[in-house]
Parts: sequence; C-alpha cells; structure tokens
Amino acid sequence: MTNKTKKTNTISKSDSIEAYKKMLLIRRFEEKAGQSYGLGHIGGFCHLYIGQEAVVVGLQMCIGDGDQVITTYRDHGHMLACGMNPDGVMAELYGRADGYSKGKGGSMHMFSKDSNFYGGHGIVGASVPLGTGLAFSNKYKKNKAVTLTYFGDGAANQGQVYESFNMAKLWELPCIYVIENNRYAMGTSVQRSSAQKDLSQRGISFGIEGEQVDGMDIESVIAAGKKAVTKVRNNGGPYILEMLTYRYRGHSMSDPAQYRSRDEVKEVRDQSDPIESLKNKIIQNDYLTEEQLQELNADIKKTVDQSTQFATESPLPDESELYIDVYQ
Amino acid sequence: MKTEIYMPAMSPSMTEGTLTKWLVKIGDQLKIGDPIAEIETDKATMEVESQIEGVMSEFLVENGQDQIAIKTPIAIIETTNSTEKLKGKLFTNTIDDQPKKKSTKGPYIDQDKRLDKITVREAIRDAIAEEMRIDKNVFVMGEEVAEYQGAYKVTQGLLQEFGAARVIDTPITENGFAGLAIGASFSGLKPVVEFMTFNFSLQAMDHIINSAAKTLYMGGGQLNCPIVFRGPNGAAARVAAQHSQDLTAWFSHIPGLKVISPFTASDHKGLLKAAIRDPNPVIFLENEILYSEQESLQELNEEIIPIGKAKILREGNDITLISHSISLKMCLEVSKKLEKRNISCEVLDLRTIRPLDINTIINSIKKTNKCVVVEQGWSQSGVSSEIISVIMENAFDWLDAPVLRLTGKDVPMPYAENLEKLALPSEYELIKIIESLV
Repeated sequence: MTNKTKKTNTISKSDSIEAYKKMLLIRRFEEKAGQSYGLGHIGGFCHLYIGQEAVVVGLQMCIGDGDQVITTYRDHGHMLACGMNPDGVMAELYGRADGYSKGKGGSMHMFSKDSNFYGGHGIVGASVPLGTGLAFSNKYKKNKAVTLTYFGDGAANQGQVYESFNMAKLWELPCIYVIENNRYAMGTSVQRSSAQKDLSQRGISFGIEGEQVDGMDIESVIAAGKKAVTKVRNNGGPYILEMLTYRYRGHSMSDPAQYRSRDEVKEVRDQSDPIESLKNKIIQNDYLTEEQLQELNADIKKTVDQSTQFATESPLPDESELYIDVYQ
Repeated sequence: MKTEIYMPAMSPSMTEGTLTKWLVKIGDQLKIGDPIAEIETDKATMEVESQIEGVMSEFLVENGQDQIAIKTPIAIIETTNSTEKLKGKLFTNTIDDQPKKKSTKGPYIDQDKRLDKITVREAIRDAIAEEMRIDKNVFVMGEEVAEYQGAYKVTQGLLQEFGAARVIDTPITENGFAGLAIGASFSGLKPVVEFMTFNFSLQAMDHIINSAAKTLYMGGGQLNCPIVFRGPNGAAARVAAQHSQDLTAWFSHIPGLKVISPFTASDHKGLLKAAIRDPNPVIFLENEILYSEQESLQELNEEIIPIGKAKILREGNDITLISHSISLKMCLEVSKKLEKRNISCEVLDLRTIRPLDINTIINSIKKTNKCVVVEQGWSQSGVSSEIISVIMENAFDWLDAPVLRLTGKDVPMPYAENLEKLALPSEYELIKIIESLV
C-alpha cells in the first residue's frame, strides 16, 4: 500500500459529521438487515457492506447533482449514500410492495432514477460496461456529468472490464472506475486469483491512470475522489480508483468463512475501522460531544428501526404485479 | 493470346455486381497487382487487381453496368505468355479481402436508390436515417458501421449525414459494446446496435438477457431500456457452422425482449422504425441473403408497422404455411407450384416472433384446418414448436390433420455445398409434407 493516498484532518467539521452519520446509517442498516435475514424476513442472497462504508460515503461527497452511480450486488450502502430512503430499501429486502422495485428485485436489484442510482446489478462485472454506457451518454449529451462505476476485486478479472476500459479511453468517456478491493472474491483472495495484484494498474495498457487509496479512511477517500472527479469532469476520459477496503461479514449470508481467520477480521476491525477512526477524530477535534454522538446514534437507530417497521407493515406485492413491467 | 477476365465472386452471397468504373484504359500495360476496375457487390465497393501481365485490349462491359452475373466475361487482356492457362483462375477474391485502398466513398443517402425499386438493405438504412433525423437521441453503434459503410452496406451513408458522434465504429468487443449501449439507453439514449451478424451476439448474450431484458421488471418499472439490436441472422452461404445459424428461438425465449424477423422491404422499414421508437429492448433479425431483395417503391409501405402483428402474404384455402424471414420465399414459391395442382396454400408471415400474433394464426387455421410451420432454425424448442403448441391450445378442434413442421436439420451447418443444401429446409421437403396433409 505504498502509493495510496493518505490524508489527515483534511475535511471540515460539517463534512466530518455528515460522513459519520452516513457511514453509521449504513453500518446500522446492514446490521439490521443481517438480523432480519436471520429471522427469515429477508430471503435469497444478501451481501452486506459492513466495513466498506468509507468508500461509498466518501466518494458520494465528491460528486454533484447530475452525476451517476452504478454498482454490483453489494449495493445497500450505495443506495443509502445516494440518498435513497432506508424504508424503501428495507421494504425491498423484505420483498414488499413498497420496496424500490415493488418487491420484484430484492437485495441485488434496486434502482432510483431520481437519486441517479442505476443499480444494483447481479452479474459480476456487468456493471462495468453499463456504467461505461452511462458515461457515454453524458459525453453524447455534453452535460459534464461523471459516472462512478463500482465493482469489486473479483469483477476486476472479468473480460468485459477490459473491453470497457478500452472503449472508455478510446472515446475519452467521463467514467471513474471504483474498484472496491475488499481482498476476497467470495472466498478467493486477490493473492490467489490475480496475476497483477495492484488493481489500480489494470488500466495501464489502455493508458488509464489509476491510484490505490486507503478505502478504510474517509479523508483519504474524499481527497482522492475530489481529485479524480475534478480531473474527469474537466478533462474527460476515465480514471481508476482502487479502494483498499475490507468486508467484515461473509460474501453473502451463507458464507462458511473458511478462507480467512477470525484474527484477520479482528485485526482490521480493531485497527482501521472507518467509523471508529472518524469518531475519534470528531471527538479529538471537539466537533461533537459524547452526548451529541449518543444522540446521533439514537437517531440513526430510530431510522433503521423505522425501516424494518415500514417493511413489516408493507404488504406483499399484489399478485397482479406478476405480469406488470415485463414491457413498458 | 487473349485472356478473358471474369466478373469475380467477391462474397459468399454475391450472385451479381456492378462495374462501377474501369480504372485503366484500352492499351494500358498491366502488371500483376494493378487495380483495373472498381466493382460494387452486395457488401461493398472493391477494387479488382490484375492477376496477369499484359495489355488491356477490350472492355466487354461498360462503366456503371449493373446486374453482371459472376463468371461473366468483362474484359479481354492480351498476354504475352501463351502457354499459361489463365482462364478461370482469375479474380477469386473472397469475403475476407478488404478494399486495398479507401475506395468506398459511399454515396449520400437518398441519392443511390434505383429509380423505382428499393432493396431490403436500403429500407433498413432509410428507417434508421429517418428516425435519426427525428430524434437526436437515436445513434448507431457497431463494428464497421461508419467508415467501412457497414459490413453488409446496411449503414451506407449514415456517417456522412450524421457524423462520427452518432455513427460509431466500435472495437470488436460485442459484450462490451452491448453492455455500454444498454447503459446508455438507461439514461435516455436510443441506441441502434448492429451485430455484424447475430452469430457474434452470443458473446453479448449476458447483457442482452440479464441487463436489457430484465431491468425494467427488476426495478419495478423504473428503468427502461429503449434499444435495438439488429443485424443478419440465419443461414448465410458457405460459411459453415459458426457463421450460419438461425438464433430466433434463443431470443424469443426471453420475456422482456421483443423479437422481429421481417421478410419484405416495407416490413423491414416499418418495423424497424417501430422498433427504434419502442421503449423496450428489441431484437431485429435480418437476413443476409434477403438484403438485395427488391420491392418497387410504389408498393413500399411508408407507415410505421406495429410490432406483434402477423400478415397474410398470400390467401389460400387448403393449408396454412406459417414462417418468417427468408423461409417465406420458399413458402411462396411452393404455393405457386402447388396452385397449378389445385392446392391452395395460405402463407402467413409472422413478422414478429415475440409477442406472437396468436389471433392471426388461429384465424388462418380456422379457415384452412391444416398447417405446416417452416423455419431455418433447429427443431428442438424452436419457433415452430411454440407455434404448434399455440395451435394445439387454441385451435385443436379446428384441425383436420396434425400440424407438421419443416425446420433446419439437427446438425451444425456444414460447409460443403451439397451438405449445406441438405441441412436447410427445401422446396422438395415442403411439397412432400404438404402432399401428406392435403
């Protein structure tokens, strides 16, 4: 991690508090989703974002109104960061009528055009050409918007990623590729899957610049994100941000966790948890008192509880929904 | 000695061509490799090089002469080498031959139409151009669609009219550009994506099925995908198994896709315009061998043709022949032959495969009480299987005989001329099947 961007005390008081709130919301929301899954309220696949919160929260603070976000199936954090309503997200996880996809998409497939969130895509690597296409549309419309195209270290080995890199550079599309390297593609570590382990350098043969960023540190994420967004918005062309991050939970809810030790997880949690680190800075800089922090915590807990309440009360989709929205 | 130069076959499907212009004069000394003429085929305009040394002594066709069948003598070269047998060895350029120089200064749109006729190829191009003029969000993307003027000349002239920002040559990267175009359609653009042939769409199948067809449903109706994937589908000529297959049934299996497979020039035009305006992903299956089929301009229907409507191409009373795309040509020819024997065939052009026009099918069955379904595709889980099921479910009581089908044989397409012919449905087979029913 020698080249990674590392910054300290570079964000304002209000940004610090904002980031903390959003990260905590995602953390608590995901914990709740995990519990609800255990209780059988959520079915199927459910990929939690716990541990990676600084990446999406930090980058979201770097983009503007018309900018777009697209990601893979570990997507609840991205939705909340984009400003989507936790009630609607949780209701979708519950498979209810008031979910973002009317209960027909589930954890991996939610969209919100209003929030410029384009999914939520279940096939590893598929978000990359799609995101490149969003960037293409921005260039076509000459609207100066940029697209954040997220994918993981596992997707980074998909051929379509490089097909996209080629076209993005060839046509100078305003696309920021965010590789969330959480070290494991399901259970296969980057060490065991990738010849070039520095994923930020995967664009080199296309002439796409990239950098590694400490994705566990919100300030580093914001610093790198601002630089990348400015560069891409002003000059066009793609850029790669490899976010070095870590997921505390399994790949999905049914993960035997045989591929890494408990100690490894504990070490990351103890030493570089993004939320704890920012909390410490907030306290050190007297941005908030302990009391205010507790209040904030309670508010978030209330929001999350409310989302499960909302989801529970929302009805199952009407059976007539079965045949709706196959075609427009 | 005098050596005749022949009209060369320059692509697998070429049967005739136009000698656009001679590049040499009578009396010119020719070396091997000298360009001597520019020839326009069904695919491109190419230069033909001399393969012998000698003096150009006579032109047998004029500049601009069209419909010259392959193997027709076009010129005579006086050679000095009297022993070498050159006849028949000349000009065997194949499909892979690229123009040696940039010779495809494509004519601008609407200036290249023959006076009274329009080809399927031109009908497709005109549909795209007309929609591009109306809606600036419509753009064309694919391999060789711009500077090359289309691998099958379908997009000829579009680059000149609309420019490189809207007529976009892609790298050879089907999965990538299919995904990219779908992403662009999510934010409001209307891509018309050309697959050079649908054989290559298999590379992009994940995006077509998982990204294009399902996103509207998965998102509860939030994100639609107004995109057209188009290009030639079905058997071509002598290109063997990987480049010659009918994938209609593959796409027709997928909810969320619309699948169109037209036959006539006017249907190509009207249905493609409808496809471009449709808010859903549409698979528009053309056929390479139909590209040069002509229709008179008077007959050309300029209207938008609704997706999902079949058409009776020919009225009849004794039996209904149901088909789509190029197989209809065979159905019409067989109908003509059988008419002389007092067997009256009704020919139904499906036009759209998904959604299927069940009513028109059933109404025809009610009239004729007998039916054969014809397709180039393989029989198992094919388009014909579906149609036969639909007839069984909806019109069983109206049938006087089992519904039979004639499909492509259950083998990969062979290369050899005789085997290729055997692999495809034939007139003989169709007549035999009809005879067994009426």
